[in-house]
Amino acid sequence: MSATATDAPAVRFAAACKSFGDTRVLDRFDLDIPRGEKTVIIGPSGSGKSTLLRILMTLEGIESGRVEICGETLTDRFDGVERAPRGRGRLRKIRGHVGMVFQQFNLFPHMSALENVACGPRLSLRRSRVEAEAEAEALLRRVGLGDKLGSYPLQLSGGQQQRVAIARAMALRPEVMLFDEVTSALDPELIGEVLAVMRELASETSLTMLVVTHQMGVARALADRVCFLENGRLVEQGPPEQVLDAPENPRTREFLHALNLA
Amino acid sequence: MEFSFAFALEILPKLLRGAVVTIEATLVGFLLAILVGAGLTALRRGTPRLVSGVTRWVMEFLRSTPLLVKAYFLYFALPDFGLTMAPFVAGVVALGLHHGAFASEIMRAGLDSVPRSQREAAIALNLPEGAWRTRILIPQAARPVLPGFGNLFISMLKDTPVLYSISLAEMMFVANEIGSLQFRYNEAYIVVALIYLVFSLLGAVGVRLLERRMTLPGSRP
Amino acid sequence: MDTIWNYRWLLLQGLGVTVQVTVLAGLLALALGIATGLARRGPPLIAWPVHIYVEVFRGTSALVQLFVLFFVLPGMGLRLDPMTCGVVGLGLCYGAYCSEVVRGALNNFPRAQREAAVALNLTGTQTLTRVVLPQALLVMLPQLGNLMVELLKASSLVSLITLADLTFQARSIMRLTLHTVEAMSVLLVAYFVLAQLISFGARALEARLGGAWRGRTEER
Repeated sequence: MSATATDAPAVRFAAACKSFGDTRVLDRFDLDIPRGEKTVIIGPSGSGKSTLLRILMTLEGIESGRVEICGETLTDRFDGVERAPRGRGRLRKIRGHVGMVFQQFNLFPHMSALENVACGPRLSLRRSRVEAEAEAEALLRRVGLGDKLGSYPLQLSGGQQQRVAIARAMALRPEVMLFDEVTSALDPELIGEVLAVMRELASETSLTMLVVTHQMGVARALADRVCFLENGRLVEQGPPEQVLDAPENPRTREFLHALNLA
Repeated sequence: MEFSFAFALEILPKLLRGAVVTIEATLVGFLLAILVGAGLTALRRGTPRLVSGVTRWVMEFLRSTPLLVKAYFLYFALPDFGLTMAPFVAGVVALGLHHGAFASEIMRAGLDSVPRSQREAAIALNLPEGAWRTRILIPQAARPVLPGFGNLFISMLKDTPVLYSISLAEMMFVANEIGSLQFRYNEAYIVVALIYLVFSLLGAVGVRLLERRMTLPGSRP
Repeated sequence: MDTIWNYRWLLLQGLGVTVQVTVLAGLLALALGIATGLARRGPPLIAWPVHIYVEVFRGTSALVQLFVLFFVLPGMGLRLDPMTCGVVGLGLCYGAYCSEVVRGALNNFPRAQREAAVALNLTGTQTLTRVVLPQALLVMLPQLGNLMVELLKASSLVSLITLADLTFQARSIMRLTLHTVEAMSVLLVAYFVLAQLISFGARALEARLGGAWRGRTEER
């Protein structure tokens, strides 16, 4: 079990299909992400970028295909029959590999920054309060918020809230971190501070990062590999300098061109 | 108009004893209303469609019939089924049922006020179901709910005089008694009105304090 | 049930009284509510007395107010017949609740809409009648509908000041025939149906008035 777990890719989609009503958001989608890789996913809105992350976080299911996280099968559906074992315990075990940061931060407004970061370890991992809070304090210092431990989310700026949210996700020591448009809700002058924290995380070689964004600056700053997604399909992928500067596919070119005009 | 302060003072102790019954009935009725409300809320959320549909109509029925008629039914009609209740019991059950539907509405609004994204954040942090409920959902839902409960309590207090009609010896009953025995209605009813006014104003202050305590740090009122 | 059927005319008479009290008190409450709700945004000399009216009538119980009107006023030389008493009493009481609904809707009225009216150089009255009220009324409608259901329920209290409404008649039938369960059940169902009619009416009115621009008014 542990042998396969370390050899397996961090994330694997195999022939995954998903639609919302008549819209196909994933169309027999395949993608392997090796451990430690920093992958950035770009594409027009509605192309299924965020859905990818939400599936990995178990916030959405798929209609057919297979999804694996760190060698464990999250779901394996064929003809409407689920072949992966079910059960809340298993689901929670798989979720333990993954952390997620949301566009709208989704901090708990009734908890201070420190409590937000400590609550995962305390409630999911059953750590002691002292231990969890010491660790949370260290994490908040690492994201530059050592002086905001007692502040509540609504007392913080958007950039600060998002840094708390990153610390909160990291507190569970996930192997895979998902970033869903984390800089999109921020004023331009606040993007830098969040991006700096993400770059610092990216220096951790063992951490797998999966970043969805429509800001090419973010993509350039973080990516080992850029994937261009359209209509639920992977249109083009490769190192950032290739996909962003010399795209081969006309669809990619069109998309980047439209972005540059904006 | 004849209003004798001396007479008003003379009957005040009697009326205040009635006020104690008023408050007792309100308190017990309030606790019942919260139980009924919690039950209705649970039956409406995440249950089969038939159950939630029936519950919805039960709530609608409880909400759209007068408290007075409910009290009559419990006090006068139920004995035909062999269930005889003392005025106090019939009264508080009527209050509890009548306001239970409102309590449920308050709770539902509170639960709905917690955005879906909070649930998603809890899943992303891998929180167990119990922790999600007790640490995230309920503390946030309580914010609008507690002041709502305060208002419910005040309106229940103002509904209790109806129960004099099933001879519950609360303030209104005492006032009627004084009126019919002494043929002086002015003082008794005006004093009752004033006592209610004091109760309501105190209640309003209480609710405001509750609201202030419940605002999130950093949010603008 | 046959026994109750024999007394159907008595019940229908009662129904007539209940409807009459509810409709008249409802109209009074609406008129008072809108007038006082607007007045509370006026100069302090008007706003304060109105504020006191609202607090007093919301703060004392509806039944207590009815009893004061019915038993205390005659001592002051003002003898009202039970119907007037019931209509005025409930109208005053629910006018105060109505006032709060109106005030709430006006207070929550989006500032941007007022600013747009200023930018178009509308007068104060034009802003009120053409911009504010049409939108605010639609926001108020569901709450006013609920208030009317509350008023219907409260109308049963007039039976306690000798007015022969539905509740009064059902109680008489109960005493005459001793068919307690039937009489009370009919009464409960009658109120339920009346309340559903009011809710349905309010919703229909809201759909009709709101129709096309509903999405805009729900924006916060």
